[in-house]
Amino acid sequence: MDLDKFKVHGEPLIYGAMISIALATIGILVGLTYFKKWGYLWREWLTTVDHKKIGIMYILAALLMLFRGGVDAMMMRLQTAAPEMKFLDAQHYNEVFTTHGLIMILFMAMPFIIGLMNVIIPLQIGARDVAFPRLNAVSFWLFFMGAMLLNISFVIGGSPDAGWSAYFPLASLEFSPTVGNNYYSLALQISGIGTLITGVNFIVTILKMRAPGMTLMKMPMFTWSVLITNVIIVFAFPVLTIALAMMMFDRLFGSQFFTMANGGMDMLWANLFWVWGHPEVYIVILPAFGIYSEIIATFSKKNLYGYTSMVFSMLIISLLSFLVWAHHFYTMGQGAMVNSFFSITTMAIAVPTGVKIFNWLFTLRKGRITFTTPMLYTLAFIPIFTIGGVTGVMLAMASADYQYHNTMFLVAHFHYVLIPGAVFAVIAGFHYWFPKVFGFRLNERLGKHAFWWIIISFNVTFFPMFFLGLMGMTRRLYTYSKESGFGPLNMLSFVGAVGLAIGFVILVYNIYWSTRYMPRDTTNDPWDGRTLEWATHSPIPLYNFAIVPKVETRDALWSAKQENIPLYTDTKYTKIHMPSNTGKPFILGVVFFFLGFFLVFSMWIPAIVAGIGILVVLAFMSFDKDQGYYIPVEEVIATEKKLMRGETV
Amino acid sequence: MKIDASKPLEYSTEENSNKIFGFWVFLGAEIPLFATLFTVYFVMVNRFASGPSGSELFEIGPVLMETFLLLSSSFTIGLAVHAMRHGYKKAMMVFMAITLVMGLAFVGIEIDEFFTYVHEGATLQTSGFLSSLFILLGTHGLHVSFGLLWGIGIMIQLWKRGITPATANKTFIFSLFWHFLDVVWIFIFSFVYLKGLM
Repeated sequence: MDLDKFKVHGEPLIYGAMISIALATIGILVGLTYFKKWGYLWREWLTTVDHKKIGIMYILAALLMLFRGGVDAMMMRLQTAAPEMKFLDAQHYNEVFTTHGLIMILFMAMPFIIGLMNVIIPLQIGARDVAFPRLNAVSFWLFFMGAMLLNISFVIGGSPDAGWSAYFPLASLEFSPTVGNNYYSLALQISGIGTLITGVNFIVTILKMRAPGMTLMKMPMFTWSVLITNVIIVFAFPVLTIALAMMMFDRLFGSQFFTMANGGMDMLWANLFWVWGHPEVYIVILPAFGIYSEIIATFSKKNLYGYTSMVFSMLIISLLSFLVWAHHFYTMGQGAMVNSFFSITTMAIAVPTGVKIFNWLFTLRKGRITFTTPMLYTLAFIPIFTIGGVTGVMLAMASADYQYHNTMFLVAHFHYVLIPGAVFAVIAGFHYWFPKVFGFRLNERLGKHAFWWIIISFNVTFFPMFFLGLMGMTRRLYTYSKESGFGPLNMLSFVGAVGLAIGFVILVYNIYWSTRYMPRDTTNDPWDGRTLEWATHSPIPLYNFAIVPKVETRDALWSAKQENIPLYTDTKYTKIHMPSNTGKPFILGVVFFFLGFFLVFSMWIPAIVAGIGILVVLAFMSFDKDQGYYIPVEEVIATEKKLMRGETV
Repeated sequence: MKIDASKPLEYSTEENSNKIFGFWVFLGAEIPLFATLFTVYFVMVNRFASGPSGSELFEIGPVLMETFLLLSSSFTIGLAVHAMRHGYKKAMMVFMAITLVMGLAFVGIEIDEFFTYVHEGATLQTSGFLSSLFILLGTHGLHVSFGLLWGIGIMIQLWKRGITPATANKTFIFSLFWHFLDVVWIFIFSFVYLKGLM
């Protein structure tokens, strides 16, 4: 076997990374052994089917990836901070911007949102679990193993280097001869299957497992946004599955889908990629709209303005998201008619989005607003996202786009949309729901410090890019001359990036500090919430609700508090059925990881063995007789007593 | 498990009815999957470079045989579900076995067809048209092959555990999958083979 192909050559930074990865791995292994935590890790986390723990693991993985993608971003900003920088070479820069994009969208934003929805959705709809708890674990482990597969690429074999959109023919074997794009096709494929399963799981959960009385139009807005998002996932991800499979066939088996000869068609990739890729944008943004809707209603002490129009605008956005994909390549010669069609559909998305913005503003109007950390992120989101949206309409005009296309203007635009639209939302949601999951709030002072660092630095980083783009600086440019005049604004942008990094470090420090020193919450409802997740204890018992709540109005808990409509009409506790933990989803994930790895390096025999291994694990899962177990009534009552902290049952 | 006797066995628990609904949603995802494959095929259908075109390659004989086998197997899996609802375990197993044998014969003919194509110099690497043909037929064939393993697994469980809410549920979901593959095949038969032969 040719060991040479595993090696990455010539970069001191990468050697440094290799050593730090090796040391961290050894550190974790030794630590687990020393503190005798292997059993705990296996029983409580690796085998768990509890939606709350799976959600926490999603969020932890997403935070890790935020820092991985963030380091990539810092390296890019440093490399372009001044003319003729010698920090990264062209190839390394290509790899860094590719993985930055991939990781931030697919392994940070989306899993963070899926994590929040795992934790919150069953609670919001008054359910005891998701519809398919074991499949939920399968989803997580496939996502996680896909993410790890992509992450090892930069120390074993080389990272993908053809941009996150991996346009052909650049991404073909001919022009990207390293294994980087093999990693791309397989890592995304594996985690994509996980995401698709999540989509199916949550559609069933939301449609079939709502508490009695909760009609569709009484669902909390976050639940609505997640339902629509999962419908988009189910329709968009199969396209990615096929596109990635074709990419893999082209690169590993020499098929002719996207080649320039023998009847292949490179534009086919661009179309398929964006038929998935554009809805993907809304997969990360619609749940964010849901999170903001919850936070605005809670901290304005008002019902959400225009509930019905909120729902319909999300439905319209989800439909339009499938009709706009070609706006990503106006300049690739598709003719005026096609460009016009996609230009109009793209601009049309501004209408339902505008409806939502005004609904949020009207909710705030005459509200009793409290400026908590999650609310601050929400309030900052509205103007910043509007800048992103308006520049989006500028880009949507096909004729004008010939000027902006592939410049830093575009980079500024999508960061102005995605960072407030997804990152601020998940951070806000994280602060908002943290006390529900862990039983104490994050420190507000530290939270606000982080907020101001992040908000100000964000604008310092990305606003200059609008001007850089209009000055003609193309995106993905790894160096430039002094005469170009790009230097000062790029330096400003780098300064902003440092500020952003500081903000995120404060955020993480806040988690550490609050875990140690924040007083525990005894109310279960620290924000005076409106929806069902605040009607159970924090931390949440294994079974979520000892008695299934009955819903009569939209914000069920709020009505219960304001109008004395009882949530729990049953008073008798009963035994509760729960699914048992299982290690099979984790094992399945590991086998998928190996299958991916072997295919990346064209190691056919081990790959076939791994493929058979997957079938074997699936067979074991199918033959599993485990019907779960019952938590006896006495145990339910004992748990409830303990969690009531002295209040009467 | 609460069993609702007023409903058919495969729907009798909440978990069971969720699983069936979930599988319908999954089939909802299979539609864009195959739609993408068909779209790719239609884009590529005239891009055969120096390789053979569909009309030079396709033969109606084996394809008719495949169609006959798969359509009949969709009928027999229906009979299996019918037998299941009456509690006839043996008849159910027999019909499932017939279904799987016909599925196996289908896969056999398809593999033979692939060998013939490759023998005639029409490989995955030859042209865009052939790449898309092989991936479309291959994805469908892989589904059928996976269904064979799945069906065998269910038959073993039926044999060992009898007709229970769990095995009935699995069989019913399997039958949905099998019918779906039939529907996809009708599209392949009409728009790939018949159209290609013209």
